[in-house]
Order: sequence, then C-alpha cells, then structure tokens
Amino acid sequence: MRPSDLLIPQPAGLYCPLADVFIDPVLPVDRALITHGHSDHARTGHGSVLATQETLGIMGIRYGEHFAEQTQIAQLGKSIEINDVRFTFYPAGHVLGSAQIAVETKGLKIIVSGDYKRAADPTCLPFEPQRCDIFITEATFGLPVFTHPDLAEEVQKLLRSVKLFPERAHLVGAYSLGKAQRVIALIREAGYEAPLYLHGALEKLTNYYANRGARLGLLKPVAGVPKEDLQGAIILCPPSAIQDVWARKFPDPVTCFASGWMRIRARARQRGVELPLVVSDHADWPDLQRTILETQASEVWVTHGQEDALVHWCQSVGLNAQPLNMVGYGDEGETEPESQAS
Amino acid sequence: MNRFAALLDRLAYEPRRNAKIRLLVDYFASAPDPDRGYGLASITGTLDFLHAKPAMIRTLIAERTDPTLFALSYDYVGDLSETVALMWPKRETALTNHPLGLGEVVTLLSNAKKAEVPNLLANLLDRLDETGRWALLKLITGGLRIGVSARLAKTALAQLADMDVDAIEQIWHGLAPPFESLFQWLEGKGPRPSTHHPAPFRPVMLAHAIEENDFVTLNAADFVAEWKWDGIRVQASSGIDETGSNITRLYSRTGDDISAAFPDVFEELKGLNGTIDGELLIIRDGKVESFNALQQRLNRKRLSPSILSEYAAAIRAYDVLVTDGQDMRERPFYERRRALEKLIGDLHSSRIDLSPLIAFDDWDQLHDLRSAPEKTVTPRDAEAIEGCMIKRRDSLYLAGRPKGLWFKWKRDPFIVDAVLMYAQRGHGKRSSFYSDFTFGVWKGSELVPVGKSYFGFTDQELAEIDRFVRKNTINRFGPVREVTHEPELGLVFEVAFEGIGASTRHRSGLAMRFPRISRLRWDKPPREADTLETLEALARQGRKKA
Repeated sequence: MRPSDLLIPQPAGLYCPLADVFIDPVLPVDRALITHGHSDHARTGHGSVLATQETLGIMGIRYGEHFAEQTQIAQLGKSIEINDVRFTFYPAGHVLGSAQIAVETKGLKIIVSGDYKRAADPTCLPFEPQRCDIFITEATFGLPVFTHPDLAEEVQKLLRSVKLFPERAHLVGAYSLGKAQRVIALIREAGYEAPLYLHGALEKLTNYYANRGARLGLLKPVAGVPKEDLQGAIILCPPSAIQDVWARKFPDPVTCFASGWMRIRARARQRGVELPLVVSDHADWPDLQRTILETQASEVWVTHGQEDALVHWCQSVGLNAQPLNMVGYGDEGETEPESQAS
Repeated sequence: MNRFAALLDRLAYEPRRNAKIRLLVDYFASAPDPDRGYGLASITGTLDFLHAKPAMIRTLIAERTDPTLFALSYDYVGDLSETVALMWPKRETALTNHPLGLGEVVTLLSNAKKAEVPNLLANLLDRLDETGRWALLKLITGGLRIGVSARLAKTALAQLADMDVDAIEQIWHGLAPPFESLFQWLEGKGPRPSTHHPAPFRPVMLAHAIEENDFVTLNAADFVAEWKWDGIRVQASSGIDETGSNITRLYSRTGDDISAAFPDVFEELKGLNGTIDGELLIIRDGKVESFNALQQRLNRKRLSPSILSEYAAAIRAYDVLVTDGQDMRERPFYERRRALEKLIGDLHSSRIDLSPLIAFDDWDQLHDLRSAPEKTVTPRDAEAIEGCMIKRRDSLYLAGRPKGLWFKWKRDPFIVDAVLMYAQRGHGKRSSFYSDFTFGVWKGSELVPVGKSYFGFTDQELAEIDRFVRKNTINRFGPVREVTHEPELGLVFEVAFEGIGASTRHRSGLAMRFPRISRLRWDKPPREADTLETLEALARQGRKKA
C-alpha cells in the first residue's frame, strides 16, 4: 500500500478511501474524524462525528447540541477499527480535547497531528509523540524566527504593566477557545488573585474549561461593570474586540494581544497593539523540528502555514518532505492577523 | 541590558506621550548606575561608539544559519535587526551566569578595536535573549525609532525629581554619560552639577497665536514686527572652554544637537562669541527658498557636496541670549536687538544675517503687509514667509510660552475640498477609531490621493467620521479601509494647509505642508471637490491665489 492511497487530500479534507472517512473536513461529509474544536477544523453539518469527549462538548457549545446526526466519543489511546483501518486518538497539547489521529493499516502508519504544541499548558493534556512512517505536521510557525519565549516572563510583562498603570484597564485579546483559558491559567499561576473580567463571547467556553477542572480563579462578566471599577483590571476579549467600538467603554485601555504572531513587531503594530504577549498554542520552530525527529517518520507532509521553510529543513536532514496543500485551515486560532480584519 | 531592552521594547509600541514618560521615569528610578545613564545617553543620542554596519551583521548571521531559511525569514519579518535577533542560534552551554548590564555592553563596544567588533558582537548576542539582541542591534545600527525625543527623556528626568524640565536643560550640555552626578542630584544625594560648557543649550522663548480681539487691547506702538520665515527654529552657541578651545553647537528648539547636519553653517558660527536665536533656512543668491528646499537637507544620512552647494543653509538671526559672556535674557528686546545687530555685523558672515524688522504704524497697515509680503520683499522670499511675528519692545527673553509678549500672526492657510479615500485606525486613545485619513482630488474622472491628516477635527466629529468609515467600507487592507468615494457618494473634507510642493512620494506628484481637516462638508457631494489642476496651480503660483 502506498501512503498516498491511505490518505488523499481532497477539497473537503483529508480522505481515507478504505474507511470512507474524512479527517477535519471543511465541507459537510457523511463521516468525519475531528482533531480539535477550532472552527476551521470542527465544522457543523456532518453525518457522524468521531472525536474526543471534550471536542464533542466544545462543538456542542458552538453549534448547538445537534451539530451532527451522530456522535461517537474517541477514547485516547484506544483504537477504533473501520474496514481494516485502525484509528487511534492521542493528545496533541493544542487546546482542551485536541488530539492527533493515527491512521494504520497493513503495517503503514500515518499520524495526522492536527494543530499541536509542546510547551506546557495547564489547561490540556500534553502532546504524546508517536512513532510513525509518515507524520503530517502543521507549520503555522514554521520559520526559524519563531522561538516562543518563556511564558512566565510574558505574563510578568502584563502584570508589571498593570502595576505601572493602575488607573488604566488592560484589555487582553485572546482567541476564545484555548488561548483565553490558557492565559487565565497562566495569570493565576503567576499569583494574581484579583477577579478577571470576560467579554461575553468568552464566557461559555471558559465555563466549560472550568467545569472540566481548569484552575481559572474568580471570573466575572465585564458587561455592566461600572467604568471606574475597571481601573487596574484585566479584561479578556476576542482579538477583534480590541479595535471594536466595544473597547471604548473602558478607562484608557492598554491594548494587549496574546498570540504567537506578536513575536513579529510589525504584526503587533499593524493591529495597534501596545503590549504584545507572545503566547502561542502552536509548536514553535525548534519544537516542530524536535517533534518530527521524535516520530522517527521517514516522510513528512507539511500543511497550513510556512510550508516552504519546514520542507526545506526536513530535506536538509535527509527526510522526504512535501507540502500538503489543503485549503480552508487557519481561519480560527492563530491565523495571520491580516486575514482577520476586524 | 534586559531592563533597558524591555524599556525600548515597550516604548516602541507606546503611542501616548504621558505613558512614555511614565515608563521612562520608572526605568530611571529603578535601573542601577551606570546602566540607566547609558540608557539615557542612547535615548538622547549622546552615545558615541563605533557603529556596526548592516553588512557586518549579515556576515555574522550568514555564518550561523542556513541561507534559504534566512532569506525566507528576512522576507517574512522585513527588518534585518529583528530577523537576526529572532534567528540567532541559542548557545547550548551558558558562557557565564552573570547578566549583562548596559553599561558593560557600552564599555566593551567603545573599547573594542574595529577588527575586534564582529567577535565581540557575536559574543554579546550569544549572551542575550531575543529582546536584548534586538535592542543591542538597534543600538549599534543607530536607529532606535522609539518615538522618544531628547526633550521627552529630560521631561521624565524632571518628573523623577519633581522639578521643571528647564532646570535639566540649564545643566544638560555640561554633562556626559553615564550622568551619575545628574542622577545623584535628582535623587537629592548630591549637589547640582555645575555646567562648564561654554556653548550650552538654553530653553527657548515661544509665541502665542494672536487672536482677533487681542488687537483691541494691544497698542501697536509697543510692538515690533518681523517676518515669520518658514524654516526650522535653531539656537546657535559658541564659546571658549577652560582649555582655550572653541566649542560650537547648533541646537534644535528642543535642545537636540544638530551641528553635524549643517556643517556649512556650523563653520561660520565659530566666530560667534555668544548664543543667538534664529531660523535655519536655505538661502540661494540671497533669496530664501521654501520649506520644500529645506526638506532636501533634513533627515539625510550623508550630505554630498552637491547637496551642500545646491541647498546651502543659512541662519536668519532674530534674538541674542548671550554675548561676550553676558546673559542678555534679562534685558528688554530693544536692547537685545541692538546687541544682535552688532554681533551679526561683527561676524561678517554671508550665511548668518539679521531678520529685518517691518516698519508699520498700526495694526491695519501690518495686516496689509502680512497679506501681501511680495510687495515688501522679493516674490521668492515671499513664498517662504508664513506670516509675521509681533514682539513687545520691552519683552525679556523668557523660557517657555509667556503670555502677552510674543505673538505669531500666520497668513491665512490654503483651503481645498478633498474627498476621503482611505482611513486607518489610530493609536492609543484612538486605537478603536478610524482617525488617519487619506484624501484625494479629481484628476479627470478619477480621484488621486494628495495628502494624509489625522487632526483638525473635534472628538465629536471624529466619532461621526468613524461611523461613516465603518458603514462605507469597500475594501480592507490590514488596518486600512478603503471608503466609498464616488461622484455622488462619499465624504468631503475641507483641508487647510500651509504650502504645497512637488513630491515623488505621492502618486499625485504633490505634497501638502501641515494639512489638517478644517471642516466636514457633509453637505457637499464629492463631484464638487477640487481638482488636481487647482492644486498644481497653487503649487506653481505659491501664495498669490490663496
């Protein structure tokens, strides 16, 4: 069996003809396997969906309970066989419930890693490297300029600023699934105990995280809180809200944005960000390299992001590598800022 | 170094003046000596060491990275220092544990011989984190670009000790990095540093804009008038220090030392024993050129001989602060004027002359002269006149903007109607507002952009424009929105500006000087806005059609 017969890129997504399933399809299909809950990977309107319990829970929150005709929970590490093809979910460390999916048949094993990271995240299970023949990797931050900094230091930047400008509100833009909750957890780890305020769009998912055991401390909806009570407060909101009319009701806000893109100064400036916080839920360049080597794959397929550089690197260390041109990913989570014009 | 790097990093993003001051005060109060002094020096541009050329930095990174990966990265980031700072490989074994101080970095770099610099630099980069590397590379390539002037840094120093910024200016030019005596004094731990500098900067006196009803209360006989030339305000100072050598400085109005940018006029100042206040202009064959010509000289890294001869600088002096070691600032204007006339006369320089006084009997007469300066001076000089200055005969030279002594009476601005084409979000308090506007005029059936402005309107008007922009966006380019601009649909601005000249930067071939939005013309359809021909005629004919 050739690897390209086991998984085929199609307009709807990565297709496994033997089992007749799609992984992370961007169009409605009969049977879908879903790596994680970001809306570019997890869409509504499929016949049946196989995903981790948390991913199904997140999809339920976003699309309503009946987002698919049928759902099935994938247990981490437990294989499910469909027409002689074995599918196994392993933690990907990206957001709550995120998984890599191993696709195996007749001695050939491909890992579809979805989005992943290796850095510590108190709100989800860590990535587990799996040996495989072919590793399909994301490349969101696939350039050597992306080395994510120490997280504790990034959080200190925020807390020092709150101390220096106690009369101003700090508005932290963070993606509503994963990033916001991770930032909250990191702020708590740094010993900040005051209430954190939430934009309405973050409430449901954040509550879901809290119910699943994340330590997020005291959270309050920001709506209805008098302006003067928000001096010195930290308010989390979706990134687009920073420049929204909504941002005007806070006392002289310092605009912060938590994203891996904040590593590039011009990106931060384009968005009018005053305090960039480099916090990413994707693997940085050294972690992409490390992960590829740990899987011991002899072939690497590179998808969404900076494919060129990562393919070049793989080839320079003697691995077969090719870009896997898939469309439709990168619409949520850490998309390039320009494509997310507010 | 980390502390300083973090400061630069934060300042680079911070648009608010007061917040910048707060960040600086916090740094000066908490960073140790001598680091904070070198930090101050690098921000105020008084740090002088061998600059590393971008070529050297390219060589260093080429030795350490894959060329394809570097090319892809540089292309993506777009800034050499930043790309190198981000890509610089981490050393596996820590060389030393002790953190690198800014003072140490500066000392190492200033003591290094040219051939040693690449190794030293590589060594320093190995020891710093990303922000530290970025700050170091910005420092040695001489382009901090953090939006902090020397004046702002001094304002922060003054706040640190709760004193007036002029108190810092008084002693500033006698000080040198790392400014330990200055910090001692500011923190109340030492005496006021004495200033032995024979050519220090002295805070300048500024004028108020005159208002219509001022004329009712002011007696014309108490005042003198001069032309207000459209150049840059400078202070020139020269004297002999204790070793007998001549020290000469040319300062901007904010106290930045700009001597190096004007070597032609600088040479002529060496004979000046004192301090004068005047306007720096480009003067060709005895005629003043417009501000456009002066711009050819500004912000140039290297001054070629042809630029120096074609755009020769000159100073038109209008006041004297010190002459022959005597402080004239406590004397009335008419006494200073006599001293100035003597000083300039004795200098016998073709590049330094006197600002002429305008003879007038009453305000009406001055009004007429101001409206048509070409009747008094040559037409070419007239183009470089912005209006006139009115000064009380008995005014002392007082730092700052004292009331009732000096007035500026500007000529009426040019006015055109232009159409809003693009809007960009502002910064700071305005970060949620579309507040930077590009506007255009008609060229045939097409609108061409002619300028950009972000002020002139009230907060209320800004909110209205913002609403208009959000409702009428037809395209988005990152932070920029293209706004509907059709003959019948769009927003017309009345734009006021001070002058117009040829420009290669704008598609229209014109650039406005000091444009601001003077009125919103909700009543006017875009088709009634002005045409490019009108603007070109203004540019050709200068003031006359205004």
